[in-house]
Amino acid sequence: MGESFVITGATLPTGERADIRLDGGIIAEVGSIADAAGATVIDADGLIALPGLVDLHTHLREPGYEQSETVLTGTQAAAAGGFTAVFAMANTSPVADTAGVVEQEASLGLSAGYATVQPIGAVTVGLKGELLAELGAMARSRANVRVFSDDGFCVFDPLLMRRALEYVKAFDGVIAQHSQEPRLTQGAQMNEGALSGELGLAGWPAVAEESIIARDVLLAEHVGSRLHVCHVSTAGSVEVIRWAKARGIDVTAEVTPHHLLLTEDLVSSYDPRYKVNPPLRRAEDVEALRTALADGTIDIVATDHAPHPVEAKQSEWDAAANGMVGLESALSVVHASVVETGLLDWADVARVLSSAPARIGRLRGQGEAIEVGAAPELTLYDPAAASEFGLDRLAGRSVNSPYLGRLLPGRVVATFHSGYATLLDGIVQPADEVARLATASTGGARG
Amino acid sequence: MRHLLSTRELARDEAIALLDIAEDMAAVQHREVKKLPTLRGKTVVNLFFEDSTRTRISFEAAAKRLSADVINFSAKGSSVSKGESLKDTAQTLQAMGADGVVIRHPSSGAPYTLATSGWIDAGVVNAGDGTHEHPTQALLDAFTMRSRLHGAASRGRGLDGVRVVIVGDILHSRVARSNVWLLATLGAEVTLVAPPTLVPVDTGGWPASVVFDLDEALASGPDVVMMLRIQAERMHGAFFPNSREYARTWGLDDARFSQLPTATMVMHPGPMNRGLEISALAADSAQSTVREQVANGVSVRMAALYLLLSSERGEA
Repeated sequence: MGESFVITGATLPTGERADIRLDGGIIAEVGSIADAAGATVIDADGLIALPGLVDLHTHLREPGYEQSETVLTGTQAAAAGGFTAVFAMANTSPVADTAGVVEQEASLGLSAGYATVQPIGAVTVGLKGELLAELGAMARSRANVRVFSDDGFCVFDPLLMRRALEYVKAFDGVIAQHSQEPRLTQGAQMNEGALSGELGLAGWPAVAEESIIARDVLLAEHVGSRLHVCHVSTAGSVEVIRWAKARGIDVTAEVTPHHLLLTEDLVSSYDPRYKVNPPLRRAEDVEALRTALADGTIDIVATDHAPHPVEAKQSEWDAAANGMVGLESALSVVHASVVETGLLDWADVARVLSSAPARIGRLRGQGEAIEVGAAPELTLYDPAAASEFGLDRLAGRSVNSPYLGRLLPGRVVATFHSGYATLLDGIVQPADEVARLATASTGGARG
Repeated sequence: MRHLLSTRELARDEAIALLDIAEDMAAVQHREVKKLPTLRGKTVVNLFFEDSTRTRISFEAAAKRLSADVINFSAKGSSVSKGESLKDTAQTLQAMGADGVVIRHPSSGAPYTLATSGWIDAGVVNAGDGTHEHPTQALLDAFTMRSRLHGAASRGRGLDGVRVVIVGDILHSRVARSNVWLLATLGAEVTLVAPPTLVPVDTGGWPASVVFDLDEALASGPDVVMMLRIQAERMHGAFFPNSREYARTWGLDDARFSQLPTATMVMHPGPMNRGLEISALAADSAQSTVREQVANGVSVRMAALYLLLSSERGEA
């Protein structure tokens, strides 16, 4: 095995101070460590130690859109943001709708070594919403797929959605739905309301999200299946999910960092950095989403990291691509929106950004509490440092961040994946070194 | 004035100053030699991403009467139709030394993007963007109302207390939006009339009232009735059942027109669908301002180009 680390004086999510030893492919020691001989010592005084963050909603763009992001650059962005695992969305080219494509993605992730890349499989062939993709083959493949999503598109056909929900029960899968009624959102450009009318941009009404969620939770109840709702963006959606959970329906939900912080007012600039789907909503929606995350109605934060090349955002609003990069900024945005406002503590953050997404995605070896014997997946975060979020914070291939120039609290200082460092002193570790450590660590695990 | 992008951002004194300059420009139109040397040596580009012969030739006439050189750049038959980006087009115009760009674009906000992106230094005039604004149309409409009401004594005046009814497809109309903001700024009382499907879902922030019944709106004897062009294709989006039902319910037909006070102005931004939103009798009546609107359009656009291009550049 590779080197061992002793992290001294870190603050655990529980608030206790502890030293942590990563050695032998596990968290070997938690407590007071007197002898750090032979280990690399990291002074974590004032830093918060979180279990490595897990993102249930990342667009890595490879294969097919390598000008935006690759598995390598996307997982470097993940490391910079404190993530040790990402679920890669299926809207690549070719679409991840067969065992071959998901296995390729997983293996690219393994050889890059920055984070666990867990592929998400498409629900329907080519994301076209017509025929079920080979869900079982993807589940049984080496990629071990458990989350299925047509994200980018809604599985709109109610019969197809019902069948998908039923079918994945055979292997404890979950359908992650992009809830968007397509007819109500034709040509939609921004949240529908007073501002869309004034700006002359076609509206994306809240009801187009809420009606699909309402239908899907009822379908999930009827067939006794597990449903995950992607990027919840409206106060009304929160009400529907709250009702469904109270009724005992097996539904989980995610909110993106940007929907916890940004509002539609930003669209007044017609600056396409703020163009995203679902769109930025009203301040009331942001409030409702924060409250829902705090009370557990919304289970997790997921980034919807959506890289785009510069030219896709340097244009008139209508022509610009939807999406924002989010891995590198996620923890700071969660800090600003729900921790500084007193709604979540760091134990809650560990839950919504690590243990709960790992559980929903049925991903082993991720999201475990920082205890002896747990997988050595760890993030060190400095909550004190507030700074202007700049290009230096971005580590992926694309720079379409809505936070550039904005003051954000905190900074990820170090990330450990499989017991080795992918980020140290805020610097993403070199690709060749990380790849070497990854090979050594998987070799050890297999041996 | 650096750019003219919307009427939303125009202050009352700015708007009145522009209309007063347009009065001067209109006076020139009655001379034998209609041309002024003001913008000699300046280059104005008409950058049209949508077909609009009327607006383009109005801007072209305005620029030429100020002695500017005019380049017409239309999306059809140019590199734009081959997928060139707005950014590259803007930088091309910059390299050619355009002083002013008059832009018509199907995307709301495109003139704003052009003006704020740093791609080009030229002053930008919005000649209609998507369903957002069409500020020179609203200015020429206000100019026309002011001229009819006050004649030679128009200078310095607003439209205080003037009651204006705007009828038609408010949802998709950049003319309606620009008029709502400008007319309110000038003191007019605006009532919008449309089928509920053709009104934005929330107009609570608009300085206008909304009613669905045209006869009710006309019964109060407004000073101005402005009919908007309705696209018959809208019925495919289920905005209304068919053009006949639309015309019966929201058209200015002969019966409705004949009940209007004879002082009520009938306006239309053109091109008109005769027999759909407006009857021939109304369109051709003495109360109709349609031809004046066209003539005044040139004067107002001369005033806008003069304000943008003749003053020192770089000011706010």
